[in-house]
Amino acid sequence: MKNKFILLIIIIFLSFCFIIFYKGLDNSTIYSPNISNKKIIPTFEAKDFNSMAYLNSEKIFEEDIYYIVNIWASWCVPCRTEHPLLMRLSKNQSVKLIGLNYRDNLNNAKNFIDEFGNPYSQIIIDNDGTLSFEFGAYGVPETLIIDKNKRIIKKFIGPINKKIVEEIKLIIK
Amino acid sequence: MKILKILIILFLTIGFSHLKSYEKNNELKSKILKNIRCLICQGQSVYDSESEFATTIKLIVERKINKGLKEQDIYKFLREKYGDWIIYDPKLNKNTYILWLLPLLLFLLGGVIMRKKLKFKN
Repeated sequence: MKNKFILLIIIIFLSFCFIIFYKGLDNSTIYSPNISNKKIIPTFEAKDFNSMAYLNSEKIFEEDIYYIVNIWASWCVPCRTEHPLLMRLSKNQSVKLIGLNYRDNLNNAKNFIDEFGNPYSQIIIDNDGTLSFEFGAYGVPETLIIDKNKRIIKKFIGPINKKIVEEIKLIIK
Repeated sequence: MKILKILIILFLTIGFSHLKSYEKNNELKSKILKNIRCLICQGQSVYDSESEFATTIKLIVERKINKGLKEQDIYKFLREKYGDWIIYDPKLNKNTYILWLLPLLLFLLGGVIMRKKLKFKN
């Protein structure tokens, strides 16, 4: 009787573990942290991807519109999956996409843009990752929404999907 | 000859002082990096990790030390960017009251239970 009880407990425990892990497999890898303290974007100087000229952050974010900062790299596989969605987002007139090329080889990055298209109105280079750090980024890909007051109001860690694109569209409306 | 001797002594003094400050900065860097959590790794400090995130943080900490920032200033700077979670030793504030006081409360509760049990036995 006692053995049967122990066996039952073990089976229940293992089933519980199985369900937890199985459910975990379906969990989305995209993480959007709660931004309670909306920070103003950092001031910085960065190299332009095309002209190689140094640009000031005030110049990059000069217009009174919403901006989307997308941190990407040619070596980042999830960046490829989200790229068509960024291309679609770039058609929206009420927002400008700024690409932040993270720790990348310039030639590879240029090939990436040639192959998949350029959704960005401006691409800036972040050779050592310190610029992404200024934005409080964790890695690539990462997408940040910046409002008209130049505050980071939303952050998506991981590749964006159709649901997130809809969410972004609602925010920038 | 005398001038040459003086020059050699001067160069050696400058060289040693530079080496000493480099060693001091390196020690401080290791100390800070061991106290910073690698936010994208599992259970690793920035010091132990070789991830992109950790490499960037290592570079930033090094630059801040070279700029002359003190240990606490660097923690403050990192906390501003990533919140309290990035530091292994979080400060006592309204968000961390439970974290700091819960072990103490549990300890006291354990003491009370033990005392009651001992009294009951006696």
